[in-house]
Amino acid sequence: MSAPLLEVDGLHVTFSTPRGPVHAVDGVSFSVGAGEVLGIVGESGSGKSVTLRAIPRLLHANAAVSGQVRWRGADLHAMPAEQLRKIRGGQIAVVFQEPMSALNPVLPIGLQIDEVLTAHTTLDTPARRKRATELLGLVGIASAATRLGQFPHEFSGGMRQRAMIAISLAAAPALLLADEPTTALDVTIQDQILKLLLRLVAELDMALVLVTHDLGVIAETCDRVAVMYAGRLCETGSVHDVFLRPRHAYTSALLRSMPGEGAARSMLVPIPGQPPRVDRQIPGCAFAPRCTFVEDRCATERPRLTPQGEGHAAACHAAARVAEAAS
Amino acid sequence: MKRPPAPLLGGLTILGAMVAFAVAPGLFVPYDPLAFDFTALLAPPSWAHPFGADQFGRDLLSRSIAATAIDLQIALFATIFPGTLGTLIGLLVGWYGGIADAIFGRLVDLVVTFPFLVLVIAIVAILGPGLANMYIAVTIVGWVSYARLMRSEVMVQKNGEYVAACKVLGYSTPRILFRHILPNAIRPVLVYAVTAMALAILLGSSLGYLGLGAQPPEAEWGVLIADGKNFFTTAPWIALFPGTVIVIAGLGFSLTGDGLADLLEVKR
Amino acid sequence: MSRGTWLISRLLQMLPTFLLIGIAVFVLARLLPGNAVEAMLGERGTDEAVARLTARLGLDKSIFAQLMAFLEGVMSGRLGDSLAFRIPVTRLIGERLPVTMMLTGLAVAFALTAAVPLAFVAALNANRWPDLLIRGVFQVGLSSPIFYVGLVLLTVFAAWLRLFPVGGYGDTLGEHIYHLFLPAMTLGLSFAAIVMRNLRASILGVIHAEYVDFARAKGLRGSVVLLRHVMRNALIATVTLVGLEIGSLLGGAVITETVFAVPGVGRLMVDSIFARDYPVIQALTLVLAVFVSLAFLVTDIVQMWLDPRVGR
Repeated sequence: MSAPLLEVDGLHVTFSTPRGPVHAVDGVSFSVGAGEVLGIVGESGSGKSVTLRAIPRLLHANAAVSGQVRWRGADLHAMPAEQLRKIRGGQIAVVFQEPMSALNPVLPIGLQIDEVLTAHTTLDTPARRKRATELLGLVGIASAATRLGQFPHEFSGGMRQRAMIAISLAAAPALLLADEPTTALDVTIQDQILKLLLRLVAELDMALVLVTHDLGVIAETCDRVAVMYAGRLCETGSVHDVFLRPRHAYTSALLRSMPGEGAARSMLVPIPGQPPRVDRQIPGCAFAPRCTFVEDRCATERPRLTPQGEGHAAACHAAARVAEAAS
Repeated sequence: MKRPPAPLLGGLTILGAMVAFAVAPGLFVPYDPLAFDFTALLAPPSWAHPFGADQFGRDLLSRSIAATAIDLQIALFATIFPGTLGTLIGLLVGWYGGIADAIFGRLVDLVVTFPFLVLVIAIVAILGPGLANMYIAVTIVGWVSYARLMRSEVMVQKNGEYVAACKVLGYSTPRILFRHILPNAIRPVLVYAVTAMALAILLGSSLGYLGLGAQPPEAEWGVLIADGKNFFTTAPWIALFPGTVIVIAGLGFSLTGDGLADLLEVKR
Repeated sequence: MSRGTWLISRLLQMLPTFLLIGIAVFVLARLLPGNAVEAMLGERGTDEAVARLTARLGLDKSIFAQLMAFLEGVMSGRLGDSLAFRIPVTRLIGERLPVTMMLTGLAVAFALTAAVPLAFVAALNANRWPDLLIRGVFQVGLSSPIFYVGLVLLTVFAAWLRLFPVGGYGDTLGEHIYHLFLPAMTLGLSFAAIVMRNLRASILGVIHAEYVDFARAKGLRGSVVLLRHVMRNALIATVTLVGLEIGSLLGGAVITETVFAVPGVGRLMVDSIFARDYPVIQALTLVLAVFVSLAFLVTDIVQMWLDPRVGR
């Protein structure tokens, strides 16, 4: 396997809030290879969206970020702003959850595509216009030429998300970061958008990082998956391995709480309790208070991410017992 | 409730001092504010006369302190009269809606078309200069802001469950309006009124300066400045110090208003 | 509804507005207590003169007939003669109005030149020292009466440093700007404070908007993000404010023109009050109100141009 496109290494994000610091991302590491589809899954508040936004340095001044994010070997968090700007949108593009708020309400869609082309290509005005029309066609928006002059509020929800994808793809990036791209949409539209994303990733040979709370989406679309809980990475591996042979108690519990997927067709088991508050450091395993496999050291000793086989790792003291229970 | 922030405390301190000067000026004035002193004609600021003296040798610190009462009165009356009228109209229009509301809407559109100061000046011109007529003019023009605030607040409150409960209990409309809705809806109006007092001070002193507000020999800060304007190049302190006093008084009201808005979490 | 229809209906709304302004000004003039004509003439009021003026102003007719005559006069541009200057009020105002427009225009230009960049500096440094300094200075500006600011600038820059004339208007455009420089600074100060405060708040509202993050994620240059995505959206709210504040600016012009002896309609208004020149006061009130309603119209059109959601 060639060197990965993107390597996230020991990423920490701490937000300063009026009520003190909040550790939203706590030592997350993973990598994405060319053309690979990685899913990041977790409940809301697990830090998955923050992780995604931290990659191209989109977080605001109230977020303290440490760790390395290497893009083709260069640390995005250490490089000069102008170099980073060329990578953003040009090589790494982002799709947000809410197209209605992510598209600028007062600018026509055509301009919102055009400015990406202006920033990252040397195309002249007619060529950019032609390219913009092609892009709308590519994402399945009919009568593209008219649509270019229209504003976001004149589009339907699904069309807006298609438009945002078109904007993100404009400069032919090598990696697409998608933050819950289907959550704000109707169920029927969700499926269309997901299929569109997968088709484009395959056609354009892009890598994709897909953040979602939906294990079903992961199972359908991803090559590999990273499971997050309370700002920490619990488990990572191929979708096949993680879903069929979970090695982290949280992954296992999550799979059993979802209908239709994962560990056998058994009874749905909800996870008792609430995710912990992340406004103070947790010394042991963050999942310990809700865990059915909990042992003494879980409360005091933080489990490290340890290999569980080829490309599969989990951060669980009880990995062996979780494996036993799953089989 | 949060801890009162420093600007609010600063504002309240200024207002406290103003009230003290207005209530008992005799305790603070070093000289008789009206006494001519021909040994101190146009005296520059000194330890004896910290603000200097005017062309008749009157001590300007004493005159500024003595003028506080009138300016504080302006701040209060130029808000209470339009505030009360506006609150009543807003309360009724918000409650009854319908045609009353439509007429109210047109009336508001009309009043805001006239520049506030121009309309006040025009009315004062017709009624004649003086504080009483200034209050009438400010009331005719100024009620609109209060009424608009009150109306939108009442529109929210009247759908509240406590109002439904009052109706079920068979309370009379006046009782519901004045005993129940008014106390719940008045907070934004009160906060606005404090900020409006800063504007009232500026308006009152401007009219005083133009000769349309307080009339000499009534001591009012704008009138003091108008007295000093002909000496501005030779004896700038005559206008400078009363002017600074107006700025500080204005700050007192606006800091208090902003602070209260933050504290009571009133959106503006 | 298309934008064209929106625009036409907005223009048609001006007609009832003008009519209501006319009626309001008429009613206002009837507030004059006692015998209006005697009040107007003051010491000049012999019985014969009172009778003549009463007839000339049509005050011996019914109220309704007077209103109709007044409105008819307004529509045909006849607003009576100035009692003090003995020339038609329209001519008097026509000569003075451009001066006030020039003053107000310069004040707006100065204020926006200062307020827009400072609002950005303040918002981008929210609650750090540049923000606190800018807000503090403007807070003081907002609490300073116009006549006082004018007197201070007049003394320092005109009387002591002799950089500017102490008053007047001059003859050429350059002279106009030179003469109106200090008055426009005076008039623009509180306007700048209000715009700065409002724009700072709207920038802070916009700067964390998702579409600004998305614009950054697209790899746009910082200037493009700031101007096209932050500023344009923040200005939408501020444009409305600018329109609403035109009235305060004209009110401020009355005081500014008095302090700096600028021969505009504001000074004319104050002079007319002391001369009991009621036809001029009445006509000025009318003209300024019409001017403000036109300013509201322009604001709405700019708003429509800035915000595609308006009128669709």
